[in-house]
Amino acid sequence: MSESSLVRLVGVSKGFVKGQETISVFHDLDLAIPADDFVAVMGPSGSGKTTLLNLLGGIDRVDAGEIRVGGQRIDGLTESELARYRAGNVGFVFQFYNLMPMLTAAQNVELPLLLTKLGKAQRREHVETALKLVALADRAKHYPREMSGGQQQRVAIARAIVSDPKLLLCDEPTGDLDRATADEILSTLQILNRELAKTIVMVTHDPAAARFARRTLHLDKGRFVEKGLAA
Amino acid sequence: MNDFVLIRKNLFRKKLRAILMIVSILIAFAIFGVLAAFERAFNVGQEVAEADRLVIVNKINFTQPLPIAYFNRVRAFPGVREVTHANWFGGYYQDPKNVLIVFAVEPETYTQIIGSDVIIPRDMRQAFIRDRAGALVGEGMASRFGWKVGDHIPISSNIFSQKNGSHTWDMTIVGIFGKRKPQIDANVMLFQYDYFDETRSFGKDTIGWMVLRTTSPSINDQVAKGIDTMFANSSYETSTDTEKAFNKAFIAQLGNIALIVTLVVGAAFVTILMIVGNTMMMIVRERAREIGVLKTLGFSSARVLRLVLGETVLLAIVGGLPGLAVAAAVTLMLRRSLVQFVPGMTLNPSIILTGLGFMLVLGLATGLLPAINAWRLKIAVAMGRG
Repeated sequence: MSESSLVRLVGVSKGFVKGQETISVFHDLDLAIPADDFVAVMGPSGSGKTTLLNLLGGIDRVDAGEIRVGGQRIDGLTESELARYRAGNVGFVFQFYNLMPMLTAAQNVELPLLLTKLGKAQRREHVETALKLVALADRAKHYPREMSGGQQQRVAIARAIVSDPKLLLCDEPTGDLDRATADEILSTLQILNRELAKTIVMVTHDPAAARFARRTLHLDKGRFVEKGLAA
Repeated sequence: MNDFVLIRKNLFRKKLRAILMIVSILIAFAIFGVLAAFERAFNVGQEVAEADRLVIVNKINFTQPLPIAYFNRVRAFPGVREVTHANWFGGYYQDPKNVLIVFAVEPETYTQIIGSDVIIPRDMRQAFIRDRAGALVGEGMASRFGWKVGDHIPISSNIFSQKNGSHTWDMTIVGIFGKRKPQIDANVMLFQYDYFDETRSFGKDTIGWMVLRTTSPSINDQVAKGIDTMFANSSYETSTDTEKAFNKAFIAQLGNIALIVTLVVGAAFVTILMIVGNTMMMIVRERAREIGVLKTLGFSSARVLRLVLGETVLLAIVGGLPGLAVAAAVTLMLRRSLVQFVPGMTLNPSIILTGLGFMLVLGLATGLLPAINAWRLKIAVAMGRG
């Protein structure tokens, strides 16, 4: 396991209590993701893909083991420290975009910047840059309902990168899109990885989507069963 | 964009729902404003009451008379600095609908004692003392009927009649007085007791009540007890109290206005609290996923709590301020039509401040539970990722 890894999981265990039963998702899981990597995580339902993203994003907590992102250990952080960690280090892209319907594209993208000390003009500049990166500068004043699914997902990507996080966590980002639009989104992610050096962890069921990643990890019953280079 | 824009956009995202909530809050604050102005106008007498002024009335109740002979006995009582007397006249001008508050008073002492409440130019006061049929009119009443000094006016009574059978007394306006304090009622007419007493057909040599000033407020109780003891076991026993207590008792005869206001406003506010609180709970449930997204982006639970509370406080303000504006307009209209019953009815700054306080309390109270729910909401649960 390289010391230069952006993401490191060491001996991570995680389970869920369901009724009187504890279901183990991970047991003693190790993982290292170098900076600038683009990893696709595949696996059957219930294999732990989403739990893995939740743990990396500080949304859920480990039962045992440690998680480091960018050298910072996040498994022992408090709720408010985790909120600051997410605001400063992680961008999220969801399957169903999760844009705020009452905000314009620009306002949606600006949301994470409200957590920074940037002034109004600087925020506007960052928003314009992010929207340009996803080729939606001309849609800045449009509301989500006025945009297609692909455009909404690009706004979501702009929102994820606007505060310049090191790590992008994408949960089925093309699961709600047709093939052509999905490929556009994946190409955008690929550009972000290759040209802006964003480290991306993408959960997907779609082998075609996984091919856009540098490598694919297969999860089954909480263990990585196969690792291969995809690109 | 900032948090306020986010709060505002959230509040108005479902316009019909927002408007219905705003209207219900508006109505509650309009009711509050009007009733509070009404209650304040009723109780204004207590606010302007002087600490060293006592009121003596018949012990049975204040509508029963006292003998005029009591006046000199009270004047001579130790600790009494000055005393005056007055009679309720039950007046109206031309039409019984034009009700007037008219007192038949001892001119010299009465104008002396009320001198701290009203402004009576010296020459007008002298004219009032001199002229047997002279009347002093408050500026509110003068302006209402367009009266000026020198006007001869017929003032009728719905209680008293003259010996010749007429219910009308001819008077000459010798002065118009203003008020020293905004709470003072300047819708009053004063005329000479002697003129009234000599001409009326019944009740001669009786007075309605006396007002006195003690040499110090610290001896009020002693003087009051002494006077009541002096007239104990007579045909006309007295009840002496401070002016404030008298005014309070007078208002209490009409019912507990403050309690009525509190109950009506309380009922309106509790209803609004339940409606808005329940709606906000539904809204937070509807927005669970968005709250999860905000937290995922790095918004702390405390900030999400503030956003929800901010929304309910903004809702209360957006509904409450126009509500107070409506109350101000209604109060203005009522003030004109009820001037003879509750003069000085106004939405004063203290009511507006109380209203603003209520808005804050209502906003926080309706938002508290939904905000706590939003604060406690786990991202994984909110996003359906648990």
